[in-house]
Amino acid sequence: MNADAILEVEGLSTVFFTPSGLVRAVQDLSFTLRRGEVLAVVGESGCGKSITALSLMRLVPTPPGRIVSGTVKLEGRDLLAISEAEMRDVRGNAMSMIFQEPMTSLNPVLTIGAQIAETVRLHRRVTRAQAWDRAVEMLRLVRIPEPAQRAREYPHQLSGGMRQRAMIAIALACDPQVLIADEPTTALDVTIQAQILDLILQLQQQTGTSVLLITHDLGVVAETAQRVVVMYAGRKIEEATVEDLFEFPLHPYTHGLLGSIPHLAAISGAVAERLQEIPGMVPALSNLPPGCAFAARCDRADDRCRADVPPLVELRPDHIVACWHAGAAS
Amino acid sequence: MIPVLQVEDLKKHYPVKSGFLRRTTGQVYAVDGVSFSIAPGQTLGLVGESGCGKSTVARAVMRLVAPTSGRVLVEGTDIATLSKAELRPYRRQMQMVFQDPFSSLNPRMSAGDIVGEPLLVHGVATGAQARARVAALFAQVGLRPAQMDNFPHQFSGGQRQRISIARALALNPRLIVADEPVSALDVSIQAQVINLLMDLQRDQGLAYLFIAHDLAVVEHIAHHVAVMYLGRIVEIADKVTLFRNPVHPYTRALLSAVPVPNPKLKRKKQLLEGDVPSPMRPPPGCAFHTRCPIAVARCSVDAPVLKERDAGHLAACHLADG
Amino acid sequence: MAATYDAELRRAGADATSRAARFRLLLRRYPLGAAGAFILAVFVLAAVFADAITWLDPLRTNAPEKLMAPGASHWFGSDVMGRDIYSRIVHGARISLAVSLGATIIGSLLGVAIGLASGYLGGNFDLFVQRIMDILQALPLLVLALVTSAALGPSLPNTIFAIAIPMIPASARVIRANTLSLREAAYIEAAQIQGMSEWRIALRHILPNTVAPLIVLATAQLGSAILTEASLSFLGLGVPEPAPSWGRMLSESAAEYMRTAPWLVIFPGAAISLMVFGTNLLGDALRDILDPRQRG
Repeated sequence: MNADAILEVEGLSTVFFTPSGLVRAVQDLSFTLRRGEVLAVVGESGCGKSITALSLMRLVPTPPGRIVSGTVKLEGRDLLAISEAEMRDVRGNAMSMIFQEPMTSLNPVLTIGAQIAETVRLHRRVTRAQAWDRAVEMLRLVRIPEPAQRAREYPHQLSGGMRQRAMIAIALACDPQVLIADEPTTALDVTIQAQILDLILQLQQQTGTSVLLITHDLGVVAETAQRVVVMYAGRKIEEATVEDLFEFPLHPYTHGLLGSIPHLAAISGAVAERLQEIPGMVPALSNLPPGCAFAARCDRADDRCRADVPPLVELRPDHIVACWHAGAAS
Repeated sequence: MIPVLQVEDLKKHYPVKSGFLRRTTGQVYAVDGVSFSIAPGQTLGLVGESGCGKSTVARAVMRLVAPTSGRVLVEGTDIATLSKAELRPYRRQMQMVFQDPFSSLNPRMSAGDIVGEPLLVHGVATGAQARARVAALFAQVGLRPAQMDNFPHQFSGGQRQRISIARALALNPRLIVADEPVSALDVSIQAQVINLLMDLQRDQGLAYLFIAHDLAVVEHIAHHVAVMYLGRIVEIADKVTLFRNPVHPYTRALLSAVPVPNPKLKRKKQLLEGDVPSPMRPPPGCAFHTRCPIAVARCSVDAPVLKERDAGHLAACHLADG
Repeated sequence: MAATYDAELRRAGADATSRAARFRLLLRRYPLGAAGAFILAVFVLAAVFADAITWLDPLRTNAPEKLMAPGASHWFGSDVMGRDIYSRIVHGARISLAVSLGATIIGSLLGVAIGLASGYLGGNFDLFVQRIMDILQALPLLVLALVTSAALGPSLPNTIFAIAIPMIPASARVIRANTLSLREAAYIEAAQIQGMSEWRIALRHILPNTVAPLIVLATAQLGSAILTEASLSFLGLGVPEPAPSWGRMLSESAAEYMRTAPWLVIFPGAAISLMVFGTNLLGDALRDILDPRQRG
């Protein structure tokens, strides 16, 4: 047990029973979120990152989904072992979550203030008036102008960026230890995205909340996170500090991903050249190959890759990777 | 050289109706006086945030909506006022690729039929001849001709976007309007589609009107870039000038907001306050003055016009000159 | 969130399975729907092979054998004129199916044409058509059918027509709503960009994509058509004598013989209920199968 660990995930596997077979959405996933850090989980759609978030919150729709193994320890307490009633007290309280689509995550018939106050009253023994005051205070904290007035407004009266701020206000209303942010800025415009990311980072420093940031955007990762977990086809394939990952990507998939994104040359100084392509596409999770899931798209793959799943090994300090040929990486 | 596409003072206003009698109570100024031109074989990137009118420009150029005013010249002919029948021959010159790879293909038609339909509609080829042409198009965009009889749901997002591109190429257009063609795709698939578009341009001399919100993608693919804000172009220049030497404060803020995948780069972000105002009630004067970090009193009264600063570099800002 | 999860699932389960496997899966997932399809199939087969599976003429009267209880000679008993009820029920399936299928098909076709035109053309045409549909829908199905049927006079085609007319608004509305949303789809814009005619877009791109909701609706309407036919016949306005109609079999006997010869009421009543039940079961399953939001 790590002293500065707040959330420890060990051997987490989540599957879905679908008409086309067993879908292994998350397989044997382990990682540690440290106190006060921003850990990014990055990957493309279908890599299992969103299902990971839902699994941590125990919100996987069951059926068809089920968490089949693993432990999720929040300050040493295994969330997968407690009752649903106890878990309800954890959600929105010690651990909360914000989603990609702020419009559908807010109740359209309740005012913003009422929705924040509701969360507060669920977890704290406070009066209505105190909960309302807390709601207004939270709206001020997420820098919504005229918070007392905005608290009385309905979600449709707010812009997309304001709604996401309101979501963050709800999520942080009970001072959670862990905030899971699932693609929090994907639906937003770039200038609004910058505002929201800046806000999350500032609040994180202010409140000491640890943030698990789930995203597909490597630019957001580079500017926001301290450490990164890269997922592919349901598994963690690489984990490192953000600097090390971008400078020395060890897994061929990470390497390819970094080469496939256009850099803003004017700012990063990179020279615009032909983008690297990763050939092919992500394999179906219901029909994974026996060995490394990336083998079919990988130029380093050999027979061993196609037969055996590579184990995670620490090749550099604080930098682990699951690849038989990671040592040969450029 | 005659531009493939020349747009002059294009406006598209939507009436806002309300009340029992559906009276017009206002206007949405979706596009409010936009001009640009695209030379053969060149790409103009049109960037801006949602609601800035960039998609409406694309739709007006394609005549999916009738422009309120302004001219859309396709090789010298104004198509903005042509009837549907008169428009048909010009349809062959310009085609479009859409953002959503799922809704842009008819789910009940095979991929081959989708790509081949423009050939039938324009009477270019039928039967075996059409099939051969479709097979060639499939190969051109990196799909296997054997997949022609498959239906859209059997393809991945990236492959569907390739089908969409093949359909756009079927009539050998000179211009393709691409409305956010890669923003719905995964990162590794984005690169495949961007490379395909660039290869096609190099091989066939296609011109693109490339609409995107992702500045990094635009910088990669475009030759010229126009930045839109609330229905107007605020800055337009060749790519290098615009990205290295932006003068409009909005362009600067936009560039500053783009997350760069390089953790070592510690830069001070210039954050914009607030949200984009409603295009129904654009602020008076310079529409950007409500969020502008350098706005002065004059900006809220006096609307700046696009002025040429250097050759081909235009910006609409009172303060950019000084 | 749900969208992401759906997308992940879709992607995960995207590999194609064979048609036969899919069919078996449907049977397993929708046993009630399969039962409904089975019930309807039995009625259809009975109607088609009515002459082969009965041995007594449904129209032949036989005074000495009147009002016989169900037994070896008359499985379902005989009526007041000595006609075999089993034979009349089996032959009655023909009438029932002909009227309900005929009415549903005609009603749906007219509804599709009106809904498609209304949704695609829009404007004042749409406004006008929708108000007519409002008026049609404001009248109860049965009353409207009653009036039409009384005006046209009793005959098989007239009964079909009388039942079809009140069905138009429902299909027209479904198709119109679907057309309106499809008109915004990017592939419709893609078709416009290629310079396709409105006709081609409507018939080739919009219509095929409205088939699924139409089938669901048509199944539901089939059930109500069966009931309407029975009701019309019960009131003496349906298919005229001597053709055997379940509804009239009920009306002829309900009041008088309910106590003395209950089989006169039970068997036609059961036939009507069973057939409607079958269509409802099938309709519910089809709604689930064809509605993409219901797919897991």
